[in-house]
Amino acid sequence: MDWTLIGMSMPLLAVGLLATLRICAAAIVLGIALGAVLGFGAMSRHAPVRFFVRAYVDFIRGTPLLIQIFLVYFALPVIGVNFNEYWAGVTALTLNAGGFICEIMRGGLQSIDAGQTEAAKSIGMRHRQIVLHVLFPQAWRRILPPLTNELISLVKGSAMLSAISVYELTHAGQEIIATYFSPFEIFLLIALYYYALISALAWLSRYLERRLPQY
Amino acid sequence: MPLSHPDAPAAVDPSVLLSVDRLHKKFGDKTILDAISLDIRRGETAVLIGPSGSGKTTFLRCLNFLEIPDGGTIHLGGERIGSNAGEPAVSEPTLARQRRRFGFVFQRFNLFAHLSAIDNVSCGPHRVLGLSRDAARQRAAAALEQVHLAAHADKRPSQLSGGQQQRVAIARALAMQPEVLLFDEPTSALDPELVREVLDVMRDLASARMTMLVVTHEMSFARQVAHRVVFMDGGNIVETGSPDQIFGAPREQRTRRFLQHLQA
Repeated sequence: MDWTLIGMSMPLLAVGLLATLRICAAAIVLGIALGAVLGFGAMSRHAPVRFFVRAYVDFIRGTPLLIQIFLVYFALPVIGVNFNEYWAGVTALTLNAGGFICEIMRGGLQSIDAGQTEAAKSIGMRHRQIVLHVLFPQAWRRILPPLTNELISLVKGSAMLSAISVYELTHAGQEIIATYFSPFEIFLLIALYYYALISALAWLSRYLERRLPQY
Repeated sequence: MPLSHPDAPAAVDPSVLLSVDRLHKKFGDKTILDAISLDIRRGETAVLIGPSGSGKTTFLRCLNFLEIPDGGTIHLGGERIGSNAGEPAVSEPTLARQRRRFGFVFQRFNLFAHLSAIDNVSCGPHRVLGLSRDAARQRAAAALEQVHLAAHADKRPSQLSGGQQQRVAIARALAMQPEVLLFDEPTSALDPELVREVLDVMRDLASARMTMLVVTHEMSFARQVAHRVVFMDGGNIVETGSPDQIFGAPREQRTRRFLQHLQA
C-alpha cells in the first residue's frame, strides 16, 4: 500500500467527488421532476399521452445507461444540440432516471385505495386535481423507498460519465492511475468516496421517511 | 292543454327532482340493472332495500357515474346526467360539474386519509367551487357543526371512530350543497354501537327535507324515516310503497320472503 500516493490523491479525488456531487444533485432534482411529469402522463385520461410515456419508459429500461450516455453526447450534436460534458452528463442521467422514477411514481399513485379517487370524483374534483391533491400527497411515503434505490443507481451510474470524459470522481481517479500506475489504491479510494456519498443519500432518505406522516 | 303525442317525453312533474328511466347496466354478460325506472321527489327520503347482489349499490353508483350505465337515462332537475357506454361521452369538466350536484356517502367512508376532518370537508368548496380558503373553512365548520363534530375538526381520519368518520363524510357531501344525497350502506361497516349516531344525523337531514336516496339494511330506519321504500331484487324494482305498506302488507311474494328472512 502506497500511503504517500493515497495522501496525495485524497484532495484530488475530493475535487472529483465534488464534481460528481454537482452532477448528481442536478440530475436528481431534474430526474425527479421529469419522473413526476411522466408519472402524471402515465395516469393521463388521454391514450396518446399514456402511449408516449410507455414508449419512453420502455426505451430507457431496454437500453444500457452507457449507450444512452453516448447517444446524448455523440448523437444529439448531430441534430444540432450541443452540450459541454457537464450538461451532457446531467442530461443523460436525468433522462435515464426520469424513466425509472416515472414507473415508481405511477406505482405509488396506483397503490392508493380506489375509494379515495371515488370520493374525490363524488365531490366533483377533476382528474388532474385528484392526482395532484388526493393521490400524490398520500403516495409520497410509499414512493420514497424505491425512489431512494433509484437515486442510488443514479449516483453509481454517474461513474459511466467518465466514458465521455466528464470530470467526475471516477475520471479523476483514472487520471491519477494513468500517471502513477497504482490502480488498487486509487480504485479503493474511489470506492470509499462513492460509499460515503451514497451512505449520506440513504441517511437523508431514512430521515425523510421518518418525518413524512403515515396514513 | 294539448294532448301529448305518445312518443313525446312524459310530462315533467315539477315535484320530481331525480328521474331515472330504464337504467341498464351489465358487468360482462351479467345483467346487474335490468331497466330500472324511478322518480325521486324534491325533499323525499327514499330507502332502497333488497338482498345483497340485487343491484342496489350499482344503481346508486350509476346515478353519479361512478359506474357508467349501458342504457337508460338519468335526469336531475331536467338535466340529463352523463352519457352511457357507447354514446359520445360528455366532457370531463361537464361530468365533474354534474357529479357535484349529487352528494355520495360511501360504505367505507373514504375520507381523504392525509387531511384533517375540516380539510376533508373544505377541500371540495375550496378546490371545486372556488371558494376562498377562509370561506371554505367557514362552510366546512358549519357542516361539521351540523353533524356534531365541531370539536374534532382538526383530527385526522385515523384518529376518529368509524361513526365519526362517516359523519365527517356526510359533512363533506353537505358542504358541496348537493341537490340529492346518495347513501350507500352508510352504517354497514360500523360497529353496532356507532350505527345510531350516523342514523341520527341522517334522520335530521330527512326532517330538514333533504332529498335522499338511501341503500341500507337498517329496517327500523327505513320504517321510521323513509317516505317511500323501494324493494329491489335481481336488478329489478319489485315493489315500491310507503313503509307501512311494504313492511305491513307487501304485495309481492319476493318482498314477503325477503322480509321474513330478516326476521328469522
